[in-house]
Amino acid sequence: MLLDPEFLIVQTLNGLQLSALLFLLSIGLSVVFGLINFINLAHGTLFMLGAYFALSAARAFDSFWLVLLVAPVGVAVVGGLLYLVLLRHMQRADPMKQVLVTFGLIFVGLESVMIVWGPLPHTIDVPALLAGSSSVLGQVYPTYRLFIIALGLAVFLLLYLGLERTRLGAIVRAGVDNRTMVAALGIDIGLVFFLVFCLGCGLAGLAGVVAAPVFSIFPGMDMSVLILALIVVVLGGPGSLKGAGLGSLIIGIADTYGQVLVPELARVTIYALMALILIFKPAGLVPVRSGH
Amino acid sequence: MTRKTSTLAAALTVLAFSFPAYAADPIKIGVLLPSSGVFAGLGGDQTLALEMGFDDFGREVAGRPIELIPADTESKPNSGLAQFKKLVFKDEVDIVVGIISSAVAGAVRDAAHNAKVPLIISNAGNNPLTGEQCSPWILRTSFSNSQIVREMGPWMAAKGYNNVFLMAFDYAAGHQMMDAFREGFVAAGGNIAGEEFPPLGETKDFGPYLAKVKAAKPDAAFVFFAGGPAIKFVKEWAAFGLKGEVTLAGAGWLNSALYVKKQGMDAEGALGILNYVPSIDTPENAAFQENFRAAHGRDGSEFGVAAYDSARLIVEALKATGGATDDKAALVAAMREVHFEGPRGPFRIDPMTNNVVQNIYIFEVQPQGDSVAAIVQDVIPDVQDPPKGCTL
Repeated sequence: MLLDPEFLIVQTLNGLQLSALLFLLSIGLSVVFGLINFINLAHGTLFMLGAYFALSAARAFDSFWLVLLVAPVGVAVVGGLLYLVLLRHMQRADPMKQVLVTFGLIFVGLESVMIVWGPLPHTIDVPALLAGSSSVLGQVYPTYRLFIIALGLAVFLLLYLGLERTRLGAIVRAGVDNRTMVAALGIDIGLVFFLVFCLGCGLAGLAGVVAAPVFSIFPGMDMSVLILALIVVVLGGPGSLKGAGLGSLIIGIADTYGQVLVPELARVTIYALMALILIFKPAGLVPVRSGH
Repeated sequence: MTRKTSTLAAALTVLAFSFPAYAADPIKIGVLLPSSGVFAGLGGDQTLALEMGFDDFGREVAGRPIELIPADTESKPNSGLAQFKKLVFKDEVDIVVGIISSAVAGAVRDAAHNAKVPLIISNAGNNPLTGEQCSPWILRTSFSNSQIVREMGPWMAAKGYNNVFLMAFDYAAGHQMMDAFREGFVAAGGNIAGEEFPPLGETKDFGPYLAKVKAAKPDAAFVFFAGGPAIKFVKEWAAFGLKGEVTLAGAGWLNSALYVKKQGMDAEGALGILNYVPSIDTPENAAFQENFRAAHGRDGSEFGVAAYDSARLIVEALKATGGATDDKAALVAAMREVHFEGPRGPFRIDPMTNNVVQNIYIFEVQPQGDSVAAIVQDVIPDVQDPPKGCTL
């Protein structure tokens, strides 16, 4: 079956689509971790919140494109509040405390979602423009999934340009490298962190919104993707944009092929990959230079 | 108060407490359906139809009013068992009816067997409940998983499908459905092109599995999905270009009346096998659907019909015992004697297994008006389970 070109084309597209989602989700996690050494386990919750915000927004407005704009902004606001009220004070705490607090937030998120939206799974419709199928190399493939791939790619390019070509990007890169030096230069690094944190949350929300029509929306939809996103961060190297991109690509493809080729080992494949990386390249595939 | 009036008052008090208590002691029926958890929607659907059943067939037998006592299983085995015990020991109900989830039914089974109170299962289809784990106290008005799909294999083989791909979630019901199909299909000369059992609950995306179906190039696929995943599966099947290339067939919940309209034209051409579809052309079904639509503004589903028939089974058995409920063995015996023409067709309880004997319908989803509906293609009358390991 592996040699069947039809199977390869469709399955690789499936892999790319998962990669795009994982990229949107893991980039915020990765950059925040790189900037302030802060592990936000509640990042997956923001993904779930994005999907639920999309559900409510889709009921309120009749336009998917408006939903695509409004819901991630809503998630970024929630993320910002979370940072100001709680996480800001956790920055200097030891990693175990950070993990426990943000782990607790997962349950708070789960319960809140159940109270507000109920325990039943929901779906939202694909917008009419993207509802049908397209032909890719002679294969019929859902147009909406192609849209997800394109969106992931677009966000990657925008972030790349933003990091490489703008002043803010330069500050962020410098901050990942050596935050004390940046602060010593008179830059309000705290504000930069805050903006980056909100942007990361918004992108997790965006991942939730675009995932909503493909996956169903249910309490707990965050857990399986959170684990994949954490693996992506480990694989690519914390704080690295290219690392998050490469890591997402590898995990997305490996998970998609693994599920149907070796279903018994689907999860094992991914964990084994992570273990290999930790042994041979502990700083990740695309490590960020560090001057700590 | 004078002596006379106080005597009178005492007499009245005695009368007030003894006489009505004797004549109008209510018949208590515990309704064990989820109003929360994953099966809350189905629980709600069965509750509506059960109420409608008692409205139609009587809320009073031999002067005793029928009192329904709801208990929420929360779709969870441990809560289901706790609620069953509460109904039986605290509320002292005469009959328990309900249970959507096979996991809940499995948890309640031993308690029901030991409590010696009739339990009527109105949905859960796990084979062993009326197979090797059958009990004289447990009757099932819905179906067994094998009963629904057993005839589909030979039917599809006869229609010229030689190469079929199987898919269902990896859990008891999924395997029971696929096993029952495979057995009949292979015996009729069919070939299994491949099979996939995605993990239950964890499957976020059908895409990778659909790619595998495509690569296997079967004539048809036979699948079992229900609820939200069924809606998604049918839509993705079309979006991946499989509709029109490979015939989609399934245990009929794939295109349940509850959501086939949400699937719309993506479901068109799908084949299904089930114990009920709203399009069955009998006066009994027409009357049921007319009432249900008038009350709830949508088609009654196979879930609703099983609950509706359960209400009728209870009322007719109570009429047969003259409203007596103290002798529970006699009550069960009366239930096993009940038979009638319901919306599904002829209904009776199989004395060998306590499972329902019923018609099974093979349908095709066809355009109807501006939407789609399941239209009956074939009827297999009086389908009865072999008593696998059950000795009643």
